[in-house]
Amino acid sequence: MIWQLDLIILLIVIICGIAAISIRDLLGAAIMFGAYSFMMCLLWSIMGAVDVSFTEASVGAGVSTVFFVAAVFRTTRRTRD
Amino acid sequence: MESLATFILTKYNYWAVIILLVIGLYAMIAKKNLVKKIIGMNIFQTAIILFYVSIGTKRGATLPIIEHAHGDSAHAVHAADYINPLPHVLMLTAIVVSVATLGVALALAMKIHAQYGTLEEDEIQEKIMESEPGSTSTSG
Amino acid sequence: MRLLGFITVVLLGGLLFHLSLDFPDLGDASSPAATHVSPYYIEHTMEDTSVPNIVTAVLADYRGYDTLFETAVIFSAGLACFFLMRISERTAPKARFYRHLPTGLTLRIEKGGKIPEDTREFERIDSVWVPYDVIITMTCRLVVPFIQLFALYVIAHGHHSPGGGFQGGVIFGAAIILYAISNNLRRTLRRMSERMSALFGSVGVIIYGGTGMLCLLLGAGFLDYRGMASLLGVDPVSARSYSILIVETGVGLAVTAVMVWIYYNLSSAGKQDEGL
Repeated sequence: MIWQLDLIILLIVIICGIAAISIRDLLGAAIMFGAYSFMMCLLWSIMGAVDVSFTEASVGAGVSTVFFVAAVFRTTRRTRD
Repeated sequence: MESLATFILTKYNYWAVIILLVIGLYAMIAKKNLVKKIIGMNIFQTAIILFYVSIGTKRGATLPIIEHAHGDSAHAVHAADYINPLPHVLMLTAIVVSVATLGVALALAMKIHAQYGTLEEDEIQEKIMESEPGSTSTSG
Repeated sequence: MRLLGFITVVLLGGLLFHLSLDFPDLGDASSPAATHVSPYYIEHTMEDTSVPNIVTAVLADYRGYDTLFETAVIFSAGLACFFLMRISERTAPKARFYRHLPTGLTLRIEKGGKIPEDTREFERIDSVWVPYDVIITMTCRLVVPFIQLFALYVIAHGHHSPGGGFQGGVIFGAAIILYAISNNLRRTLRRMSERMSALFGSVGVIIYGGTGMLCLLLGAGFLDYRGMASLLGVDPVSARSYSILIVETGVGLAVTAVMVWIYYNLSSAGKQDEGL
């Protein structure tokens, strides 16, 4: 567990999390959520949790993002906050 | 200074988990759009998974897959050489449950949009109170 | 409301920070989480089950009861999505769009007229139609079989490498979703209909529960795989290894079917005629 890499990826994770809830376009928020999920997967890989990271890569950065985009496609894309 | 550096180095994961929990909870409380609330719920869930995984690490240990297992006769396995596999098992269940919850939450949001035409919480509340005159109103 | 929410979460964060000063250090090998049950699992997995991947062995054998109910939870989430959203079409759509396959022209037919479904030359396309793109369709058609093969490899190799039932099932479901996104939703429904995916979902849960009941009928406890030794014809240690494989196959089947089912319902808003 290399702590320098750990700190950099944690910083990117927090920035992606703040961006995912602040973007006003719902499609952009869904994509930022996919990026957040993938960065979490890298973090768990570094910590040695390979099974958890494999599941999160396929579920979070794959299927979850597709569900969000499908829901945004069927409802509205704009939001006021 | 030495103790401050070791103090930070042994606990920075927990502080990152606390920041992510706070972000997720703020999104669930204060945002008005339903999809933003659902994103906040997922951020909260993955922060909890990060907490459990960071409890299970061990310095200088390797992945929880036993090495040299092919063809060798059984040799001694020491528990201090492998990281703790038990939080990983619990978190596998948590990840799959989170995607199931996401599917049902998005289905509910789509049904609400089909009924009221909007996804913002204050507009939905106005439309509900318009269609039922004389109902007790909540503040805010 | 925002200010109140902000103050509340900052107070909660401060409280949690004060609690975190008492947590065990990161990477400590003598923390309470690493000293009670998990050394037993690490040291005795090879001689009990002969599966090197400790996470798969604990998930499917030592803690198999939790995984059975987790599979049931996934299946009930797919069922809940189906009950919430599924509606059948009662009124005819305002206009239908067809593409003439030899020339690539698109037709628009209004007021309920339609072309019979079994003609070879006309194909129905979505009302939010995008231009027909050869590159995306052909590339995804080439890639999807390899993704499915990789998913089956991940399920089968879960004993020796990271992987297992869940990961392989989700990757298989993602391959079918890729086919549905690049081609029509209607073509995917022709190959894997909703009834088939619901059936596979329940068959997956039945395989898992059925293995547990079979162990009970053969004389051991529920989900105690040593009872399968007489049925499979091997010693009890290998019987546990093979039963983990059977159980993971059931889990992978259920997860695949439910991912595809939820996608069908979400992307077509319940009607299942056209999608993303």
